[in-house]
Amino acid sequence: MLTTKTFFRKTKRGNILKIVREHYLRDDIWCGSNLCSICKHKSKDLVLDEDPESRSSLYPQGHYLVLDTNVVLDQIDVLEEDALCNVIILQTVLEEVRHRSSNVYKKLRDIIGDPKRKFYVFVNEHHKDTYIEREPRENVNDRNDRAIRVAAAWYQNHVNASKGARKEKQKVDVVLLTDDAANRDKAIGEGINAASMQDYVASLIDAGFLQDKLCKRNYVLEGESKTPLFPPHLTPAQIHDGIKSRKLLQGTFLASRENFLEGSVNVEGYEKFILLQGKLALNRAVDGDIVAIELLPEDQWSVPSDLVIQDEEEDPSDLLEDETELKAIKVPKNIQRTPTGVVVGIIRRKWRQYCGILQPSLVKGNVRHMFVPAERKIPRVRIETRQSENLSKQRIIVAIDSWPRNSRYPLGHFVRALGNIGDKETENEVLLLEHDIPHNRFSDAVLSFLPKLPWLITEADVTQRVDLRHIDVCSVDPPGCTDIDDALHCRELENGNLEVGVHIADVSHFIRPGTALDKEAASRGTTVYLVDKRIDMVPELLSSNLCSLRGNEERFAFSCVWEMDEKANIIDTKFHKSIIRSRQAMTYEEAQLKIDDETQQDSIAKSLRGLNSLAKKLKAKRFENGALVLASPEIRFEVDSETHDPIDVQAKKLRETNSMVEEFMLLANTSVAKKIVQDFPECSMLRRHPEPPQANFDPLVKAGRNRGFVINTASGKELATSLNEAHTEDNPYFNTMLRILATRCMMQAVYFTSGMLQPEEYFHYGLACPIYTHFTSPIRRYADIMVHRLLAVCIGADATYPNLLDKKKNHELCYNLNYRNRMAQYAGRASVALNTHLFFREKVQNEEGYVLFVRKNALQILIPKYGLEGTLYLSKKGEVSPVNFIYDEEDQSQKFEHIVFHSFDPVVVQLSLDRSNVQHEKLVFKLVKPVIPGFSIPTKSDPEMVPKSNIVPKRKTEEKPTGSEISGGKRGRRKKQKK
Amino acid sequence: MSGQDLVSDQGLRVDGRRANELRQIRVRMGVFGQSDGSAYLEQGNTKVLAAVYGPHQPRGGGRGGNRSGTGIINCQYSMAVFSFSAGERKKRPRGDRKTQETSLQLRRAIEAIVQVELYPRSQIDVFVEVLQSDGSDYCAAVNAATLALIDAGIPIKDYSVGCTATIASMGASEEVDSKDETGSGTGIVDANHMEECTGATTLTVVALPGAPGSNYESDTDNSGLVVVAQGTGARLHLSRLEGLRQRALQGCRDTRVILDQAVRFHLTTHDPHFI
Repeated sequence: MLTTKTFFRKTKRGNILKIVREHYLRDDIWCGSNLCSICKHKSKDLVLDEDPESRSSLYPQGHYLVLDTNVVLDQIDVLEEDALCNVIILQTVLEEVRHRSSNVYKKLRDIIGDPKRKFYVFVNEHHKDTYIEREPRENVNDRNDRAIRVAAAWYQNHVNASKGARKEKQKVDVVLLTDDAANRDKAIGEGINAASMQDYVASLIDAGFLQDKLCKRNYVLEGESKTPLFPPHLTPAQIHDGIKSRKLLQGTFLASRENFLEGSVNVEGYEKFILLQGKLALNRAVDGDIVAIELLPEDQWSVPSDLVIQDEEEDPSDLLEDETELKAIKVPKNIQRTPTGVVVGIIRRKWRQYCGILQPSLVKGNVRHMFVPAERKIPRVRIETRQSENLSKQRIIVAIDSWPRNSRYPLGHFVRALGNIGDKETENEVLLLEHDIPHNRFSDAVLSFLPKLPWLITEADVTQRVDLRHIDVCSVDPPGCTDIDDALHCRELENGNLEVGVHIADVSHFIRPGTALDKEAASRGTTVYLVDKRIDMVPELLSSNLCSLRGNEERFAFSCVWEMDEKANIIDTKFHKSIIRSRQAMTYEEAQLKIDDETQQDSIAKSLRGLNSLAKKLKAKRFENGALVLASPEIRFEVDSETHDPIDVQAKKLRETNSMVEEFMLLANTSVAKKIVQDFPECSMLRRHPEPPQANFDPLVKAGRNRGFVINTASGKELATSLNEAHTEDNPYFNTMLRILATRCMMQAVYFTSGMLQPEEYFHYGLACPIYTHFTSPIRRYADIMVHRLLAVCIGADATYPNLLDKKKNHELCYNLNYRNRMAQYAGRASVALNTHLFFREKVQNEEGYVLFVRKNALQILIPKYGLEGTLYLSKKGEVSPVNFIYDEEDQSQKFEHIVFHSFDPVVVQLSLDRSNVQHEKLVFKLVKPVIPGFSIPTKSDPEMVPKSNIVPKRKTEEKPTGSEISGGKRGRRKKQKK
Repeated sequence: MSGQDLVSDQGLRVDGRRANELRQIRVRMGVFGQSDGSAYLEQGNTKVLAAVYGPHQPRGGGRGGNRSGTGIINCQYSMAVFSFSAGERKKRPRGDRKTQETSLQLRRAIEAIVQVELYPRSQIDVFVEVLQSDGSDYCAAVNAATLALIDAGIPIKDYSVGCTATIASMGASEEVDSKDETGSGTGIVDANHMEECTGATTLTVVALPGAPGSNYESDTDNSGLVVVAQGTGARLHLSRLEGLRQRALQGCRDTRVILDQAVRFHLTTHDPHFI
């Protein structure tokens, strides 16, 4: 069983140190091939085919592939295609890949796990015949290369020997693929078949699309300029020394969304971001990279330019554009300058795959093209493809491989196509990918943990639960909602008090900890709602059927029942698992009608009225404590049932019932939070909303001051009061806009594990409550499932399991949930934006809007009707306009003659979709009112033809905007859970 | 390193063992001339020296020594200052809390097998020195002490055998356990220093496994009796304890077979009575 040879490995670490480790070599590691007659395989180890089919013209014999580390690292996109099968991954390679790139390692493991691909991991490091010791003066890389060659040779011999025993059946070769020329030569010298990935892929039958995916490392210029464009990066050792001696700083590079020539680096220990300006200063850093920067001397510090510049040059030449705009910035003497630096080295690339479109080369037949990422922060990428005709109409994914000094753009390769540009499906796919939202079908392993249908309630279930089927429970949700996770009831008790119950779907009954289903849900973290699509966290059987508290069906619930007095004071709280039967699943509107209709006196109507009056009292109490009412523009699309194209847009309406449900959900959440923290002070999952630093409020305070309001931000309560008092006569939307600004000052609310923070830090700023959690939507949020499990243990309804009580584990989980949550939110917004584009496809419309921000060369406009925000450029690069606005930074205004733009000023803009660039549709804002000759355009005319003569100058103050009906609220599918 | 699985997808540990495999155990008995019994034991890179003196009259009997009807066991566990593999040196070889506690536990393990009532008014000294430490030190100490007792010719009820079982506290290793077709239990046996440092939870068990064949399947009677059990590392959920205990006990049985062979080999080659 055990080959008892002990080997010693000596490693040096920092100061010289001898480490002795045992290294057991074994004789029970099998080759994994079906043709082998020597090894004593178990059947599950037989991975490689008996006679592998060859698709390569280079090696017409059937063969197994052995990959070198560099091939796996660089060509993982090729490997992910189904083309290469019967591959042997050596442990040496696997380990190297793991150390070099966790991302690639994960992908490789996924490939290995796919039985169709026939990838076999051979543990050559522990095999008695393939283990080699490092020789004196041999470096690690050389030793590993040699180990790979030894293993390849062993395989070849082994396969030949087996074949001998099998009577000359068919010859099977072993081919080593390596992109390291030296290694290849040595291998060939030792009689091993070896080829480079490029040659091998080119020799395959259907090579075309694979070749596009090959990694590009070197870039040869067609043109003249051989001189490198960028200064070289320092070596890792230099960077290390520099950081140690404090000459260099380390931080994450964040590219500016608005100006591609600017970026900032967040350095620990510095209060402000460190500014980087100009291509050379950015020195090939891509958004997200961890970079080493050098701080410039103070007299060269600059200020952020406030310019909106996009890299729009058509010609992908290698000349660095002159950065006149940037240089033209004169730094005013009195203004505080921002620390400015230059990138001198990259510590770690955070490159991933990017979605975008192809910008085909102007030269026909050229295989080199530019790729334009959807994300503005990412530079364009050079790729090589032979299918440009086809791809130019599609959304594609591209990976960056390298960025040599002589190239203005990084080099990359094509990964895959998503579908035609403009297709609803494609665009949704792009959206999901860009936001890293897992949206694959649920795997069979996950589905296997679903309950079998028909699902029946057994006697045992009834005895374990409190039977609440006799109580008149009902649910109130938005129309069309199929995952109903909460229901309510209210009834009068004999002592005159009220009994209020919140019943939440008992998802934790179906999703048991540790199952594949549980893991999948934990990794998805949340259900994602797009305008026309829902990406479920749990399979549909649960989300829309067994867990969903549908009307007139018996369902399991987790109930939270309070006894309250008339003034909505809680006298007693009980939690228990229960069985309920919802009498009716209502929409907000139906519930509202039922409450308002005095003639209805059935138990549900009474119950709703009771709830409603209590909710109002609860709400009043909350506001007294300083809870905030925030606003963000929120809209709802009317979607065509056939084409799924948006037909109409309207602002969401808020009814009393929305707030009624919300109040009780908040109450349930706080009650549960208190309960679980009591029992599990170390490992409860809670939600907090940190108070934003005062500096965050600057834009809000400034904007308020412009209009003569003092916004007091010292505490949540003072902020709430100031916001309530800020109203203007002439602008009914003013208050909402202030609230929108206030929302943007806020921090993100996050999940956390109670043991990781002090109890004072549990505070939820927005709700003004000392402790809060999420309990009420377990169908669509994983955090709620965790809370359910904790609460179930508290009341003795369920048992604990190791991970539930593991503080660190929970902390990691919180991190994932926060990330998924944020991404889901962004995806939701992006989906709305996408649908807005679709909506404006064939339209040119004039709309009323408001100036949200004043920028140096643009105005940020908000259109309440669509909740849409866009940029109105006041001056364009390279264009001489007769209208020159003067920007006043102190006052935050733009002035031209007598027309002044301030924040909150009403304007009328024309919206149209610029489809001139088929690949990149843009929503264009053009000024209609106030009329500025030579700049604004007349009402209802073709935007291209602006007859200047018939414009009569008008004063801005003559405009009387009609207030639009948008009520403030929180963003999200449903009001209540957003906080 | 932390958070990483102790067993790879291919079922091997960092040093190439499978989950239920012990390290190589090498034994030499009778290494000292002066002591009544001695043994040197290597479990992989953990190297331990044990010496037994006695039974003899209790020393330092100023206050009367041992007047009781049973003998006393005196244990001293110490770690050589150079025993750490990571390069740093220990300040003192013994006397700190940790070695004192280990000495105490070592005494428990010895008392369980020595029939102390046979030695009234006398004392048996057991000295154990860890020369090199690479995980599972205490277990190696117990095993070496047992061998030294045998070498000293002191009658024992059974081998007192120590073994550790370690389970990753992080990592979703639940499914690893189920696909483990090698024997019962969960976790890895006889962890080395590297594996102990991954933030895993270790259960140390000293047991009297009983000779193979003598109904050692059940652990209700004396065979397979756990004498000392000690957990270190992160918190362990109760549901995992049983599997871990099974694994450790199996390790004890395997170790006993090896020790037993070593003793028989020693006796047949060195003891004049057997030649």
